[in-house]
Amino acid sequence: MRTIRIGAGAGYAGDRLEPALDLMEKGNLDYIMFECLAERTISIAQQQKLKDPTKGYNNLLEHRMVKVLPLSKKNNVKVITNMGAANPISAAKKIKEIAQNLGVTGLKIAAVIGDDVTSKIENYLDLPTIETGEKLSTIRDSIVSANAYIGAEGIVEALRNGADVVVTGRVADPALAIAPLIYEFGWSFEDYSLLGAGTVVGHLLECGAQVSGGYFADPGYKDVPELWNVGFPIAEVNENGEVIIEKLLDAGGVVSKDTIKEQILYEIHDPANYLTPNVICDITELTIEEIGKDRVLVKGAKGKEKTGLFKTSIGYKDCYIGEGEMSYGGSGAYERAKLAGEVVKKRLELIKAPIQELRIDYIGVNSLYKETLGSQIDPKELNEVRLRVAGRTEKREDAVLIGNEVEALYTNGPAGGGGARSGVKEIVSILSVLIPSEDVTIEVIYEEV
Amino acid sequence: MKLHEIAHSRTGDKGDISNISLIVYDEKHYELVKEQVTAEAVKEFLKDIVKGEVVRYELPNLHSLNFVMGKALGGGVTRSLAIDMHGKSLSSAFLEFEIELDK
Repeated sequence: MRTIRIGAGAGYAGDRLEPALDLMEKGNLDYIMFECLAERTISIAQQQKLKDPTKGYNNLLEHRMVKVLPLSKKNNVKVITNMGAANPISAAKKIKEIAQNLGVTGLKIAAVIGDDVTSKIENYLDLPTIETGEKLSTIRDSIVSANAYIGAEGIVEALRNGADVVVTGRVADPALAIAPLIYEFGWSFEDYSLLGAGTVVGHLLECGAQVSGGYFADPGYKDVPELWNVGFPIAEVNENGEVIIEKLLDAGGVVSKDTIKEQILYEIHDPANYLTPNVICDITELTIEEIGKDRVLVKGAKGKEKTGLFKTSIGYKDCYIGEGEMSYGGSGAYERAKLAGEVVKKRLELIKAPIQELRIDYIGVNSLYKETLGSQIDPKELNEVRLRVAGRTEKREDAVLIGNEVEALYTNGPAGGGGARSGVKEIVSILSVLIPSEDVTIEVIYEEV
Repeated sequence: MKLHEIAHSRTGDKGDISNISLIVYDEKHYELVKEQVTAEAVKEFLKDIVKGEVVRYELPNLHSLNFVMGKALGGGVTRSLAIDMHGKSLSSAFLEFEIELDK
């Protein structure tokens, strides 16, 4: 039976490049997918595009493409990526320019657009957000972007028209893998069992090494050979949607039943109803079987008809977060850190800093779990504790006050504080609404060298 | 004994919702964790962090449970004041949960 081999080239915007290049060189791949777009990333990219209309794509696009394009050409590996972020058209132009500079010719580059529905935002103000249930109109003046999670249609069209490199903005992550399967095997957009299987393939690949030994090691419990050299995964998919996940034999990492299980449940809510633009995926009858060293067969995914709604991420200017940190060591470190925390809190009150929410952490004691596990630890045994104060404000100048008060602990706080650091972040947050899929018109634009 | 001895886990995030998987190493422990690691017990264990509802999904085919926890990420990944805004480290806290093997 014919199979298609898809490699994972990235699992997030800033992922490592070397394992991707190894796969393109030695993985006998047909396709490589670079998933580089977290929920908030596109909103930040939209702001970059506002400042400079030629920008707004992934910051590492050039860094990656300089190495990827020659290998794509040499080994005939097609590239599918959402590195276009807020500006797939400029990304495609940039890729063309890189190819020209490298002397790579005979390359067709496709930009998939249509996910950006910011201009239609007025139509959606009465919609409740998924996160809060409140109408979108409550944040109307702060909205900076609206991008729908579109499906595989645009990428499939690009492949049918001979694209070698397809660059998109916001698409559902699994679409990066479903699209080549639909194109290669002639799957129908109405065959929901196959689309469910394709969703599983995409879901297993979309976080890169997270399925091949990355983010898995727990020494003594889950040992991972040569984690430093962890390889990215390859999915070998047949026309029935059955998939073998593997890695390069000379790469570090591990592909096992357990790595597959951890990744298949990652960011899944109801396992019988995983909503995507193309299909509702059901993994409740999935089976996982180790069929060789670092080779695992996954099959049994099911699917149901799609909802007809696209989840749409609304980026909005939310607030500022001001932060400050200071370390305390030696005997009584925790006591002094706690005293310092109280001092900072009272001083922020004294100067009437308009802080909406304040959080004081003792790193090494309770910064991750609050009291949940804190009570099981005896802080007296700690060699060092780091105080962290973080607060939310409406204005940047107010956020600065938080770090200032932490830094002032040097001459005005408990004994022995060291290593002060402070900072202010502008926070663009995301809320989501569901919009009718008919509102989105997908277009594909081509560049050739 | 702690869950860590018989199971592993990974946390995922969407907005203010965190999901934690619980995967037993040995299939024979699935029924045991299904019985003892209830949604209520998890809600109680993580009550300082999880402010919303906890829903448990069972995956007997994968010998796994999946806990979906509302209001678990300090208002959402993009605006949380927490250092670990994604709640990535919650899986390690969860594996500290005590179970009885011969119950």
